This record gives sequence, structure tokens and C-alpha cells, in this order.
Amino acid sequence: MFGFLGPNGAGKTTVMRMIQCVSPVTSGSLEMFGMDATSHPREIKSLMGVVPQENNLDIDFTVHENLMVYSRYYDIPREKAKERVDELLDFVQLKDKKDTMTENLSGGMKRRLILARALVNQPRMLILDEPTVGLDPQARHLIWDRLRLLKKQGVTVVLTSHYLDEVEKLCDRLVVMDNGKILVEGSPSSVIEKYVGSGIVEAENNPELVECLNRKEASYEIIGDLVHIYTDDPKHITEYLTMVCSVSKISARPATLEDVFLKITGRRLRE
Amino acid sequence: MNLSSYFEIPKISSGSYKVWQRNKDVFMKDSKLNFLPPFIEPVLYLIALGFGLGRFVENIDGVPYAEFIAPALISISVMYASFFECSYGSYVRMYYQKTFDAIIATPLTIEDVIAGELLWGATRSMINATVMIPVIALFGLIDLRYSLLIIPFAFLGGLLFAAIGMCFTAVTPNIMSINYPVLLFITPMFLFSGTFFPLNALPVIIQYFAIAFLPLTHVVNVIRSLGYGILEFSLLFDLVWIMVVCTILVILSINMIKKRLVV
Repeated sequence: MFGFLGPNGAGKTTVMRMIQCVSPVTSGSLEMFGMDATSHPREIKSLMGVVPQENNLDIDFTVHENLMVYSRYYDIPREKAKERVDELLDFVQLKDKKDTMTENLSGGMKRRLILARALVNQPRMLILDEPTVGLDPQARHLIWDRLRLLKKQGVTVVLTSHYLDEVEKLCDRLVVMDNGKILVEGSPSSVIEKYVGSGIVEAENNPELVECLNRKEASYEIIGDLVHIYTDDPKHITEYLTMVCSVSKISARPATLEDVFLKITGRRLRE
Repeated sequence: MNLSSYFEIPKISSGSYKVWQRNKDVFMKDSKLNFLPPFIEPVLYLIALGFGLGRFVENIDGVPYAEFIAPALISISVMYASFFECSYGSYVRMYYQKTFDAIIATPLTIEDVIAGELLWGATRSMINATVMIPVIALFGLIDLRYSLLIIPFAFLGGLLFAAIGMCFTAVTPNIMSINYPVLLFITPMFLFSGTFFPLNALPVIIQYFAIAFLPLTHVVNVIRSLGYGILEFSLLFDLVWIMVVCTILVILSINMIKKRLVV
């Protein structure tokens, strides 16, 4: 499972659209399954499933019809498609909603149906652009669970997400990108280790603390009235701060991808 | 962007047939409602204009007024069916329903999608003509000899108006703006293409304009001849005009939508 991270406008969706052979590759080359994306879009697309950022279910059809019509685009024979669609409706737990028009589904159900739709052609690779946006925790967990199952079945999963806990939990490898460039690459834990260390100590910002940290040559960042101290040994720093610098309000926590993300791409608000 | 890229021959696959099927499936869901207009509309027009207004109108070229306008009613229906299907209809599917986006994630390409949409638009024109011919025949206003030729011709004419609609879909900034081509192009055609009065009642310059630029003029010519049971050599001119313009606009419309959507 591979994750693309980056602020809004970083180029994640553009990369996704190029992988899907929908947007043109304007420079360099892009190969999927050993085929060039510019010359073999149909072949590549037949091996891929896509969960787009925006829901684009066919509102003129019911849940079941949506999957059947979609199967037809892949040239799947009708009888085989029927079996596959029943399996998939089971897989995403939408069997009861078989004959419901898609506009009457909840947000979570729509997302699950889109996941099922992306699987009608038994893809070797599944692309998900913000798969769990706006979903409640139950629906998110169901989607995560399904993605893990697919991974076990040997499907390559590529996803973008702004929920960094999601990426941390699911992805084996990830890149952080901004302005169309890759800034960081690696597994979630190695990236955290490399860029912020394993732990973070948070303390209230005041001049004495900062001076104290400078003396210690600690790696830290001032964020408003908070100071983040990056460390592999939170216990040591916490002790040092309480004993030597006599700081009282202090807390330690494990570092997360979010810390890496903010450190690398900055805290400035994006469009 | 160079101009010649608008006239490149698009690579269309059999996938376009699946897009056609998708639209047909949606159409058949409401088939009762969808088959009703081509039944009702000619009856209303024929009663009001053909037999109502027609009583005060002298014969045109020796033909009673109702019989004169009957083929025009089919032509207008051919125009409306595919133009609206591929303007408002396609725009809604493209912009609001994101149907095109969903389809191009599959092995189908945007060229297939637009080709399917155009073929479906043409099919709707053909369906309307097919339903209207027996209705009009019931009033005894059509010569049955060549009337069945109107059906395949309605597909060709429909394809032309489908492509016109699709060109506007490609450039319209929003759905409301499709009202402009309706008001400035479709409605004038409805009135000034030899539909409700013969073209030669108009000033010569406008006659030439209609022959050069108003596709409905040629469609009316052909359907009227076939409806009268006459096969004339001059129809070949209309047919060639329609085929040439249709080919150009089909290619143009597919490339225009491609430019709009592929970024």
C-alpha cells in the first residue's frame, strides 16, 4: 500500500489522474504494468480500479444497476458480472440496498459502493483519492478493513489522504509532495524517525525555556505559544526541562506523520 | 493550441456502443413517458396548424397546408430530439452527474464517450421519426411509398444536430448559456427553414443564407420529398450537404469536448 501526501494543490490528484491515463503526461514518461501510459491507456485502465475524490455514481441507476452498467464498460460477460456484483455487494455490505437509487444512499454507503465499483474488473491496482473524506468512524473503519483485505489478496493500493493517521495505519510506503516535487519518501515509521525523531515534547513558550533549549542544543520549533521539541529520548528531555529549566507545564507524546507533514511542508495555509 | 488539432480524426472504439447502451437503459426506464411526446406533439400541431390555421391557407404547390407541414413536424422533432439530448442532456451528464468522469476511468476513452452520446442523440431523433410516421399516416398526410426511408435519414439528420448540440456543450460556460444557441440558432431554424411556409416566400438573400447555413432547411427538403413520395435528383445536394457538415461537426465536437475535459 502506497500513500501520496501533500498539502492542497501539491499535485497529488494530478499524479493520480496521470496514473489513471486521464490526464496527459506532459514531460518525462510514465509506465504502468510495464506499458507506457500515453500509448496503452485502454490496456492499463482495464487493470486498474479507481475511487475518485468526488462521488460520481450514476444517479440514473440503482445500486445493482450501477455495478452492472460499469461491468459492461469492462466487457465483462453478463452472467459473470452478475456473480461478481453479488460478491462485491456482500464485500461492502450493501446487499440490502441493491435496488435503492444511489441518491438515497448515505455518504458512507456511496463511498462503499464506489469502492465496489472500482473492483468489478478485479484490478491489479486500486487507486483511491481521499477515500474516507467526510465519513463517520464506523464507515472509515469498514473501508480500512476492506482495503487491508484487498492488500492481502495481492492488490496494489495507492491512496492520497489528508487524514494522516489513516496513511500511518495503512501504508507501507509513502511520499510527501509539494509543488509537484517529492520531498520525502519511505515507510511511515522511517520517515517519522528521520524527520522528527520518535517522540515530541510539548512545552509552553517562554524566553527562559528557549534559552535553556539552546544551551542543550536541542532540536525544537516554536509554534505560537507552544514549543515542540523533537527527540528520540523524550524521557531525558522531560527530566532535563523540569530539573534544569524548571518548566512545569510539559507533555510528551509519540511523533506522528502529522508532525513530519507540518515540518516539511510548513504551517502556512494553502489554497 | 493549433487549429488542425480540432480536426484530427478521433480514435473511437466499440466502447462507444456501451455508452449508447447506458443512455438507452436510462431512456427505457421511463419509456412510457419518453415515447409520449412524439405521439402527442404531431397530433396537437396538426390539429392547431394543419387543420385550424390550414383552413385559411391556400394550397402550397398544390398541396394542402396540413400535408405541407406534416414532414416539417418530423424534421423539427429530429432536430429537437438530438440537439437537446446532446446539449442540456450531455451537459448535465458531463458537469453535474460526472458520468463521463466515471466512464473514462474504465478502458473507454473520452472519444468513445462523446461518440456514444452523439449516436444516442441520433437514435432519439430516429425514435421520434419512427413514432411520428404512423401517427401522421393515420391522418392520411404522408405517402407511404418512401416513408420508411425517413427513418434511417432521421438518424443521419439527428447525428448532425447532435454534433451541433455537443459543440455548444463544449463551449458553454454554464447550463443557462445553452439558452443562447436555442434562441439564436434553433428557434430561427424552426421558423425559417421552409417549415411552416415555403422558403421562396423569403427575400432571396435570406433563402441563400438558409441553404448555406441552416441545416434544418436540408433536412426538411429531404423529409418533405420522401413524405410526398417523390425521389428527386436535387435531394442528392441536400444529402451531400448534410453528410459533409455532419462529418466535420462530429469530428469537431469530439475534439472540442476533449479539449474541455482533458487537463
